[in-house]
Amino acid sequence: MSVTTTTPPSGPTWQRFTPAERLARYAVYLVAVMALVWSVRNVSIIPEFLYDAHTQMADLLTRMWPPDLSYYPTTVHGALIETLHIATLGTILSIVMAVPIGLMAARNIVPFRAVNEFAKLILVASRSVNSLVWALLFVAIFGPGALAGTIAIAFRSIGFVGKLFAEAVEEASPGPIEALTAAGASWPALLLKGYWPQVQPAFWSIALFRWDINVRESAVLGLVGAGGIGLVLDTAMNFFQWTRVATILLAIFAVVVLAEILVTQIRKRLI
Amino acid sequence: MSMRQTELDQIRARAFAPDWRMRAVWLGFAVYVIYATGQLNFTWERFVVGLDRGATFLGRMFPPEFTRWELLAEGLLESLQIAIISSAIGILLSLPIGLMAARNLMPVAVTVPARAFIALARSFHPIIIAIIFVKAIGFGPLAGIFALIFASIGFVAKLFAEAIEEISLKQVEAVRATGASFMGVVIMGVLPQVFSRFIGFATYQLDSNLRQSTMVGIVGGGGIGGTLFSAFRRFDYDFVCAILISIIAMIMVGELIASWLRKTFQ
Repeated sequence: MSVTTTTPPSGPTWQRFTPAERLARYAVYLVAVMALVWSVRNVSIIPEFLYDAHTQMADLLTRMWPPDLSYYPTTVHGALIETLHIATLGTILSIVMAVPIGLMAARNIVPFRAVNEFAKLILVASRSVNSLVWALLFVAIFGPGALAGTIAIAFRSIGFVGKLFAEAVEEASPGPIEALTAAGASWPALLLKGYWPQVQPAFWSIALFRWDINVRESAVLGLVGAGGIGLVLDTAMNFFQWTRVATILLAIFAVVVLAEILVTQIRKRLI
Repeated sequence: MSMRQTELDQIRARAFAPDWRMRAVWLGFAVYVIYATGQLNFTWERFVVGLDRGATFLGRMFPPEFTRWELLAEGLLESLQIAIISSAIGILLSLPIGLMAARNLMPVAVTVPARAFIALARSFHPIIIAIIFVKAIGFGPLAGIFALIFASIGFVAKLFAEAIEEISLKQVEAVRATGASFMGVVIMGVLPQVFSRFIGFATYQLDSNLRQSTMVGIVGGGGIGGTLFSAFRRFDYDFVCAILISIIAMIMVGELIASWLRKTFQ
């Protein structure tokens, strides 16, 4: 009668990550914490602002209530329609510009590396500049108003639309293209009857997605003078008409939600 | 001979039949463009005058002026601080809020308010949230930080909730069967399934916050955006060019770091 001691079964000890992987993860955590500590210690925040932030915020919200709904038909409605026009026209203009650039960036359409890289450079440049900065630039060029806003939205969207369109074209199956080439199809016929039917679903999905984003973005452009509802918001805030501000915010919220619902419905039917 | 030709024509007509519905859609777009450009008072004249002004504008932007680099560095560092702090707090807050919004783990009484809050945070552009915070609590980076925390919750919490709704419930049940507490179930059954996707959302948001933190300054939320806006107002276009180049450089470095982070954690 001896006491049996249970030893754990010997064998390989399983580990999910290699030591190098674990080290990399810990290094990331360490750097993240250090960056956070550095930021908190150096950011110039006035402590009094932080301590009474909640009372100030509550104060602002009470001043916004109740929303001045009589302001909607006189001013807000027109500005809202202008915002929607800016978003839609900007999206259409960006597609007109992005499709040729996207085709240039697709390796199966243009077999020259230099052209591909050049087109990709344009797309990256468009994406790295924020729509507000584009708006500032075009307000300086075309003067304040909806024209600057529309062109800003268009230039901002080229990168997004062009990149996704180029990816869709590159994924097109070469079978139909080969068949058309064998039948002696011309180059435009190849694009129109070979590629277009294949990329069409992706194309509509990209356009709708970007339009949804642009509705949100175009609501802001007025803050730098590029037309739309942002301008009305800026004016109401400068005159401290908080009940009007509340109406405008409600209108923006409603339009954004409606745009999202519309996009999901159309997408369900199309794809 | 001609018999064969007509047959071929018929086949061709069938293969490449005109899509009248699609043509109507394109026509509709064309009509809309004409109508909307009229509504917004776009004229060719204004466009041409603008192009002329654009040329002088571009001429004044070059060469970029980097002599006031101290002002530039100060603004960029403040933007970076705003991005880091707001990402850290926003991502941490997204964990409980996203969990509360997951319909497969939480009762309706909890998910509905959580989802409403997320929808509210997501619908407004970060700049609009920033301008409200600036008016409420005053100028400075604090307003920008609050605005970006809000924006982060809107994005990360929404995707986190969706990721949780897609998990396999078998593991959750197994952990629950051992008698684990609710926190035990979350930590052992839920989090391991969604952690890598959560890291993906978090790095995306860090990247996005870095972009927005350079912009909140335009409405007074701190960072390089304020410097940019005042340079624009003073027609100081060569300094504007220098600021834009630095912002783009910082964003591209941020994008590199984010993609490297994603590789480390994939």
